[in-house]
Amino acid sequence: MYTIRVDSEPFDPNHEVDLLRGEDPAIGAVVSFIGLMRDLNEGDRVANMFLEHYPGMTENALEQIVKLAFERWQLQGCRVVHRVGELKPTDPIVLVAVASAHRKEAFQACEFIIDYLKTQAPFWKKEATENGERWVDARDSDDEAIRQWSQTGNDH
Amino acid sequence: MVQLRLFARFREELGVDSEQLESDDLRCVEDLLSRLRQRGGAWSRLLAEDQRIMMAVNQEMANPQTPLQAGDEIALFPPVTGG
Repeated sequence: MYTIRVDSEPFDPNHEVDLLRGEDPAIGAVVSFIGLMRDLNEGDRVANMFLEHYPGMTENALEQIVKLAFERWQLQGCRVVHRVGELKPTDPIVLVAVASAHRKEAFQACEFIIDYLKTQAPFWKKEATENGERWVDARDSDDEAIRQWSQTGNDH
Repeated sequence: MVQLRLFARFREELGVDSEQLESDDLRCVEDLLSRLRQRGGAWSRLLAEDQRIMMAVNQEMANPQTPLQAGDEIALFPPVTGG
């Protein structure tokens, strides 16, 4: 039904999507979001990044988010993979891939899962820039995205 | 006893990864926060009431009113930045 993985090694998002769509011939749509590491943030060059997490809680939090999506939409499957540890620019950070019979459910559930992951899953980014290391600050716009999901119905 | 765990900027700035604390007078997370603020220095600065703090009890997201009991694992951390 769903697969959740926290991985300290690089992963191939295309391979993950292939695995998801091969699971069930009832799948008619797959929507995936791939978050990538950029080499620029807040105007500074970023050479590499370290992703810290809370082992155990991270997996539980991701599972709760995915279960919420399954309660809210008719879904055929889901894969969430999130990197931890040392990352380089262009590395995939996160994949959220959602499968459903028709596209609308998959689009909405994919956005819902990444929005919740951004504010509810215990990961923290630390960037190495030309000016030294720094912890990345949370964005208010991410909190706003969650408020919208809790206020509106599925037609977000 | 309860187990306190700190992550990310909190762990670095406080120089503590985890510690055991007496739980006798801790009814909820707010009691723990008050006790930690009394340590002063970086503790009172990072955990000040106007700071954005996230917390978990036994690896579930919690809030200052979440009740505590002996054996609990309480985590304090800054707002998350994954994805």
